[in-house]
Amino acid sequence: MTHPATVTSTVGASGTMVSGAPPAIELVDINKHFGPVHANRDICMTVEPGSIHGVIGENGAGKSTLMSILYGFYQADSGEIRIGGQPVDIRTPLDAIAAGIGMVHQHFMLVDSFTVLENVMLGAEGGLLIRAGAERAREELRRLEHEYSLQVDPDAIVGELPVGVQQRVEILKALYRGADILILDEPTGVLTPQEADHLFRILAALKGQGKTVILITHKLREIMAITDHVTVMRRGAVVANVRTADTDREQLAELMVGRKVLLRVDKTPAKPGDVLLSVDKLSVVDASRVERVKGVSFAVRAGEIVGIAGVAGNGQPELLQALSGMVAPSGGAVHLLGHTVSRSAPRGPRELRALGLGHVPEDRLREGLIASFPAYESALLGYHDRADCNGVVLMDREAAVDACRRKMEQYDVRPPNPMLGSANFSGGNQQKIVLAREIEQDPKVLLVGQPTRGVDIGAIEFIHRRLVAMRDAGKAILLVSVELDEIMSLSDRILVMFDGHIVGEVEAGKADERLLGLMMAGIDPRGEKQGA
Amino acid sequence: MAGGAAASGMQGAPRWVGTVLLPLVNLLAALIVSGLVILAIGQDPIRAMGILVNGAFGYPEAIGYTLFYTTNFIFTGLAVAVAFHCGLFNIGGEGQATLGGLGVALVMLPLDFLPWWALLPLAILASMAFGAAWAAIPAYLQARRGSHIVITTIMFNFIAATVMVYLLVNVMIAPGQMSPETRRFAPDATLPLLSEVFAWMGVKVPRSPVNLSLVVALIACIGVWVLIWRTRWGYEIRTVGQNQQAAVYAGISPAKNIVLAMLISGALAGMMALNEIMGANERLLLNFSAGYGFVGIAVALMGRNHPAGIILASLLFGALYQGGADLAFEIPAISKEMVIVIQGLVILFAGALEYMFRPHLLALFRRRTAAAG
Amino acid sequence: MEDIRFFILLLDATLRVSVPLILCAMAGVFSERSGIVDISLEGKMLLGAFAAASIAWLTGSVWVGLLAGMGVGMAFSLLHGFACITHNGNQVVSGVAINILATGLTIVLGIAFFREGGRTPSLAADERFRPITLPFADALADVPVLGGIYSELISGHNILVYITFALVGLVWYVVYRTRFGLRLRAVGESPAAVDTAGISVARLRYQALMLNGALCGIAGAYLSTAQSAAFIKDMSAGKGFIALAALIFGKWKPVPAMLACLLFGFLEALAARMQGMLDPSQFAEGLGRELVKALPFFIEALPYILVVLLLAGFVGKAVAPKAIGIPYIKER
Repeated sequence: MTHPATVTSTVGASGTMVSGAPPAIELVDINKHFGPVHANRDICMTVEPGSIHGVIGENGAGKSTLMSILYGFYQADSGEIRIGGQPVDIRTPLDAIAAGIGMVHQHFMLVDSFTVLENVMLGAEGGLLIRAGAERAREELRRLEHEYSLQVDPDAIVGELPVGVQQRVEILKALYRGADILILDEPTGVLTPQEADHLFRILAALKGQGKTVILITHKLREIMAITDHVTVMRRGAVVANVRTADTDREQLAELMVGRKVLLRVDKTPAKPGDVLLSVDKLSVVDASRVERVKGVSFAVRAGEIVGIAGVAGNGQPELLQALSGMVAPSGGAVHLLGHTVSRSAPRGPRELRALGLGHVPEDRLREGLIASFPAYESALLGYHDRADCNGVVLMDREAAVDACRRKMEQYDVRPPNPMLGSANFSGGNQQKIVLAREIEQDPKVLLVGQPTRGVDIGAIEFIHRRLVAMRDAGKAILLVSVELDEIMSLSDRILVMFDGHIVGEVEAGKADERLLGLMMAGIDPRGEKQGA
Repeated sequence: MAGGAAASGMQGAPRWVGTVLLPLVNLLAALIVSGLVILAIGQDPIRAMGILVNGAFGYPEAIGYTLFYTTNFIFTGLAVAVAFHCGLFNIGGEGQATLGGLGVALVMLPLDFLPWWALLPLAILASMAFGAAWAAIPAYLQARRGSHIVITTIMFNFIAATVMVYLLVNVMIAPGQMSPETRRFAPDATLPLLSEVFAWMGVKVPRSPVNLSLVVALIACIGVWVLIWRTRWGYEIRTVGQNQQAAVYAGISPAKNIVLAMLISGALAGMMALNEIMGANERLLLNFSAGYGFVGIAVALMGRNHPAGIILASLLFGALYQGGADLAFEIPAISKEMVIVIQGLVILFAGALEYMFRPHLLALFRRRTAAAG
Repeated sequence: MEDIRFFILLLDATLRVSVPLILCAMAGVFSERSGIVDISLEGKMLLGAFAAASIAWLTGSVWVGLLAGMGVGMAFSLLHGFACITHNGNQVVSGVAINILATGLTIVLGIAFFREGGRTPSLAADERFRPITLPFADALADVPVLGGIYSELISGHNILVYITFALVGLVWYVVYRTRFGLRLRAVGESPAAVDTAGISVARLRYQALMLNGALCGIAGAYLSTAQSAAFIKDMSAGKGFIALAALIFGKWKPVPAMLACLLFGFLEALAARMQGMLDPSQFAEGLGRELVKALPFFIEALPYILVVLLLAGFVGKAVAPKAIGIPYIKER
């Protein structure tokens, strides 16, 4: 099997050792398919014992799938896993735990109503009665806390602890079960900078005690700060295995994002007019009251496309939800076409649509369409009470079906059947239905989220051309996408979002992948403005 | 929230497999297990089924009785279905029907000097209003405070029963009577039996309790169909039931629609009282709604929450009730409660074990199309 | 003295009425804390009652009847589990189905086997659980207050009553002091946490349901072989739902749920006594008399009203186990 191209010196292809100890983990030609999607391709990775090994890549790169295989949630279609030089068969988390692997998930696997002690003991209670095991557990916890400076009160209720401390409980859980290898999946996503630094000190202590740490992240700063080796993944495959000391941020950013053939759309330069949408120190919290958008400000003018780039999960969904009226802001204000939306003066999606806002949502199946409705009914979503498809009591079904058919023809939706269930269209055609619906209402401002996710090439071109046509017709378009080439080819101005902040703004002409990759990972090299 | 609304999920197989074949397979499974129970008590299942079918449809009077029970099931089935379309589980049909009966009685008792055709609109409104009112509090609590509607509607069923006993024993009881019932309504004020209606048209049909409320039930079917699939309020209800996130995206208020759907649901259940109180019993009495509310769940499940399916499923259960009564008469060893067993099994297979046969049917059809193609 | 005696008798009745409620509520603790909605406590209790009475009559042994009741309860709990856990079916629908099945099956089988219109044959005294007189109860009966409490209230119940209260303590111990209980509570709050700790979510829930079924069976056996001398159709009469209400009122914890059951049992006993005691005709016509007439009904409806108030958030907060009602599907 050929190994993927590497940039500088490779460390330890399976078999060649540096120190004489076998690698903590070796992954040899791991493959995993989910239906037609090849999530992991011929993955080869070697993790040295007593090191901190980073795995970096964008969303969809396959990092989480790989780690899930290592932890026994999935089983690889082919390939081998070796722990300490010995091949192992990991079918369930229990096998992984037995092999000395512990995992700290991105979304904590804790019982909020239990104490720390109870959460640590779960699964390793040490006997039928708790009391017997509890004393032993307490002692062991004290020892672990001391050794790795993981101070936690064993009798505290987990749900009441701050997120950083909850994460320490997760680490303790893994160590308590005897983990020698610790996998952390995007651990700093929910931490403050101080908590993140504390975490890194803990990881250094773990390394000092001979534990092996795998750190999955998309943040370059973390990779450069604490890892010894890095594996870069892109689109399911490993593109590099390097020593951190032998590379730098720019190189990693380029590898992460890749030199892709850009789908350039022919467009004339923008002629921006008045500001139609402006955002003023907007803050938004999510359902668990964690702040996801942290005081963001920007403006979008008529006749321009503003693109927001960024790795998924940095506040983009919450931003769109606030701008579209689905969620009220927790701070700051949104000014749309002369009207203000704020926490004290919230406006719902229906009001905003009436003002002239259109919204193509990020997740078309979860928000933009009703899977079980026929296409013509999904094509009404958000506009179902308009006069043009309603009589006094009855909806004018014929008018709705005709309107849908017309849109399907204009947007080349296949098959052009308004009666077909929405779920039965391909991703690209579904997206075209949603787009047609929003565009045909002739909004003045259009919010677009991930417009070409899961969409085939032909439909991508079509959608891109439509968006540019809207721009040329004087509409203000805000485009949010994790696809960097889409942002680069469509936008007139690019903003990069990281950890709920706007890291920086770049003119389309001056943008390249390296710069944007760095910004997406939290670093604006032009002013050395650090993201969180 | 309940999860069992529309049919889809049968990718790769034609649509009728999910909407027609699967319910039939579930029904067959229920009947087979019922047959086993009959076998276990030492009787002949085939003979029993034969008597049941004959008892439901075999002679004109039987058909009338079957249709009488069908009327009740149409109302409670529609009630459960409308709530299901909004993703809600209305288990409170019995209580809502009971209160509907109270509404009807409150119209009939003071006004039964009027003829039935003048009273019917008032009775319809009263039964709907009282049924809806009984659903209103659980609806509001679910919408605004997240109180689980299954529990609250069950509690309200019991409260309704207690309220009705109190009223019938102490307040509305016919003077000088022992049993907790109101007095009989004037004969001209009650709904004419269908046998009477046919007699006006010169057709002789044997007498049975089925009455004009069957027509009201069928009109209600049409009304529900129009509302759910042809109006914007129905569109909103269905959207909230299918995908609350998308509803919020569209600016549709989940809370408002939860309350609306439950009010309509309660109103439909309340209308069951037209059949029982204004039609058959001609007075308000206890327990007239017993069992119909729960079986309404089975009717809605089998009928796929669509009025056409509900009519068929109601016919099925009406036939079971009537046939079961005849069966108990012919074979005393099989009591009429056998029908309740069959009902329970239908709910089990069509509801709880709904997914059990699905993969096998899908596989069957995929193999067929693969072989053919 | 008359009042004290009345009160003692009232409490005595309370205990007897509360037993099936407490047993079903404990059953509910296991299933609902594991994340499975269980509205079929009523049905399982009814089936257990039928099984216990029938087998007790057939074998002549009330203890074998008790085992039969427990077995039948467990069988139907397994059915519930099969639908909800293995096939991810709708838990409420499954509960409704079991309740309806119970109503039908008990009568059909009863008429088919015993031909007595739905009831089982009366059990002889030695085929039932009989009252047990605790030591010295007769001797102490005349001691003021305490003697009455001991001889009437505490002594003189059948063994299932004493077992029930002991069971509450046992259930508490299992839920809060054993490994199984820790995992049970965890799986109802966060099945994912249990899964990643290497424990089978399905197996844990099935185990909880088995305990649930056994307890419902004991409740049923109490009804037909201790409280009464036969199975009578529909003898559970909504007690399973009151037990569910008490469980919610007790916030899914064993001891508060038991207290709620005692409260509801007390209300039921009080309402029954009131019917006999208060004579409406002694009150003047008008509002007073109407209120007196309405009072027993109000007290009868009170448990249900209290639960609704609780769920509405007016009597404190009722927070169900977080993962309840959601089938656990390992999706990544």
